[in-house]
Amino acid sequence: MSKLLVSPSPHIHSKDSTRSLMLDVVIALIPAAICSFVFYGWREVLLMAVSVASCVLLEWAVTRFMLKKPSTIGDFSAVITGMLLALNLPYTTPLWVVVTGAVVAIGVAKLTFGGIGQNIWNPALVGRVFLLVSFPTYMTTWGAPAGVVDAVSGPTPLGAIQEGLLSGASVQDLTAAYNYKDLLFANLGGSAGEACALALLAGFVYLCIRKVIKPWITLSIFATVALTALIFWGINPDRFTGPLFNLLTGGLILGACFMATDYVTSPMSLWGGVVFGVGIGFLTMMIRYFGSYPEGVSFAILIMNSVVPLLNMWFHQKKFGRK
Amino acid sequence: MSKHTFSIGGVHPHDSKISRECAIEQLPLPPSVYLQLSQHIGAPAKPIVAVGDKVKVGQPIAEPGGFVSAFIHSSVSGTVKSIAPRPDLAGNPQMCIEIAVEGDEWADGIDTSDTLVTDLPEDNKAIIEKIRLAGVVGLGGATFPTHVKLSPPPGSKCEMIIINGCECEPYLTSDFRVLLEKGEQVVVGAAILSKVMGGVPCTIAIEVNKPEAIAHINEVIARLGYAGISVMPMKMRYPQGSEKQLIDAVMHRQVGSGALPISVGAVVQNVGTALAVYDAVQKNKPLIDNVLSVTGECFPRQANIRFRVGTPISYIIDCLGGMPADAVKVISGGPMMGRAISNLDAATLKGTSAILFLTEKQTRRAPEGNCIRCGKCADACPMGLEPFLLIRHARLGNLEALEQNAVQDCIECGCCLYSCPARIPLLDHIRQAKGAVLGAIRARAAAAKAATEAAKPAPVIPSAVEESKK
Ligand code: SF4
Ligand code: SF4
Repeated sequence: MSKLLVSPSPHIHSKDSTRSLMLDVVIALIPAAICSFVFYGWREVLLMAVSVASCVLLEWAVTRFMLKKPSTIGDFSAVITGMLLALNLPYTTPLWVVVTGAVVAIGVAKLTFGGIGQNIWNPALVGRVFLLVSFPTYMTTWGAPAGVVDAVSGPTPLGAIQEGLLSGASVQDLTAAYNYKDLLFANLGGSAGEACALALLAGFVYLCIRKVIKPWITLSIFATVALTALIFWGINPDRFTGPLFNLLTGGLILGACFMATDYVTSPMSLWGGVVFGVGIGFLTMMIRYFGSYPEGVSFAILIMNSVVPLLNMWFHQKKFGRK
Repeated sequence: MSKHTFSIGGVHPHDSKISRECAIEQLPLPPSVYLQLSQHIGAPAKPIVAVGDKVKVGQPIAEPGGFVSAFIHSSVSGTVKSIAPRPDLAGNPQMCIEIAVEGDEWADGIDTSDTLVTDLPEDNKAIIEKIRLAGVVGLGGATFPTHVKLSPPPGSKCEMIIINGCECEPYLTSDFRVLLEKGEQVVVGAAILSKVMGGVPCTIAIEVNKPEAIAHINEVIARLGYAGISVMPMKMRYPQGSEKQLIDAVMHRQVGSGALPISVGAVVQNVGTALAVYDAVQKNKPLIDNVLSVTGECFPRQANIRFRVGTPISYIIDCLGGMPADAVKVISGGPMMGRAISNLDAATLKGTSAILFLTEKQTRRAPEGNCIRCGKCADACPMGLEPFLLIRHARLGNLEALEQNAVQDCIECGCCLYSCPARIPLLDHIRQAKGAVLGAIRARAAAAKAATEAAKPAPVIPSAVEESKK
């Protein structure tokens, strides 16, 4: 008789694999990608293609030739990094800048730490922040969506408001120029991924329904941002922007739904996640109100990424039958 | 329908109960049975027959080897051929009594008729003694001697008997069939158990994927008119049938680390055990047979069969048409906690609940990847442990950190490894680490005991200490 297979229990496994989970994230990003193609046209398609291709190729080449390990590109995590990076950049970004971002994201932020699961900071965000600091001109001149406003490039809403405040105008006058329907449906300048809040939220809901992520981190970011803005705006509406405006601008939705919820760089436990989200929300608002960069989400997430090991140490799941 | 379930973790594997429609069949008698002396938790039984002796069905052939131990009875009539080591399911040698079958002659006093006996005996002590003499052990997995469970230590009080009819492991259907076909006997068994524990309420917990069983048992309880016995429909969730989880689900009480169910006033018995208790008390029939499912998608002849304890597994498989060609793994028990069999000639035990065939595709474990820190293992752990953390410490051999993170509480349910998308061999390492930590805890307790003993002025007789420890 043929030899029987003997291995320890359990003898069956769930259908989830790293690949299937990551593929779900890719699917969740598709509405936002399509939206940005619609708004920004073929240049955005090209940007996305270059970003994804460089991330995947780089991961393949580095794991294959430098680390001499089996390639991990099959798990789709590099595709996600590429998509997120592209969605974080203005559609006018020169392609060589995109490739530089990919090198930093995959080469530095992911693979030097040991690849998927080992990195401390979200690779796409590290790439983005690197570009923001190194090439501020490309990164802060955001293209307005083709055909919506007169296709001139201009500052993002948050950027415009910070500049306006410096020149002495009041927030109320400045925000009067934006209407929330435009913000929701992406009729304003910004990075591609900020373009369509509804598409991003749809992706987030998909991930929650598929149980890929749990909603707590994202919701606590939204709640904290709204609450902090409400307090400051209540105190001085001339100096500070209001809750809804802050929720809908500056890549908050993209960051809260897709970057802060990255498994590898977020806490494991429920309460760790809530503290993480509150921290991101609060830091975002502090940077926006008082910092020198108009947008704070990326920095806030990266800062909170750094304390995840501590949060994992402090917050544990409740154990059965123990105090 | 219902919301009763445990509070932490758990998974929802597909229930795959493909043998649920197969009525219980009687397996023909094998040429020989092999009765393992150690088929319960505790000390192995001691043989009380010699090679060449003639034995009848239900005659005791081995007596308990300690307080936590159980009688073993001949499951067939015939001649004792040998008392010798024989490879078990995993191929490890175990002392077995081999009996060559001759006819089917039952020992005197056993009522083999189908008549239902509903009048309960008066004397509780006598009932427990009957259960002990019949060699009844828990048939839900742990095979703990039932009479020991029914004699709670002084100071503890039972408040509820829970009859475990969850059968939460995929594929298994033997408890379901017993509930449907022997529902009356199970309910009388439950009534006996509840009477023995002082007339406490008794809850029969059945998962909602067995609506026929829920309806039938409700009807039986109403017909037989026992007060204090009720059915609780449970939400489907694995590992609901695990003792601690079931008590949490039914009574909303959590048994502490290292504590027994009785510490929160609960005694849990499985459906099969309730039937065995009925047989022992009402029919004088010792535990000599049990029902198991033979199943798996690749096995054409699904079945639930009543088998005599000690029947070789290969005999059962041959009776049902032989090994399916594409099965690569044969499991004793369910796919989550069952053990892979390496030796098909091994004999069945009192507690064998299933023979499950899995194909390469069904049981394939993808190669291990990097932990992506998704936390799914921790979400799935019904004990609230953090398997990703435990495996890290286990790989470093860090026993202290393992103990701090409660590795000893692991119930080896497999939920962590089942859910891990990166197929990290979590339970494989945790199981070993748990063994090492439990060993360390025991050594510490023994050292502490020795220290207090040494500090005591009056000398104690060592053998008496040994006895009382048992
Ligand atoms: S096997 Fe142990 S660690 Fe894994 S889920 Fe079950 S109780 Fe938790
Ligand atoms: S389920 Fe697997 S991949 Fe996820 S945290 Fe646990 S060990 Fe890591």
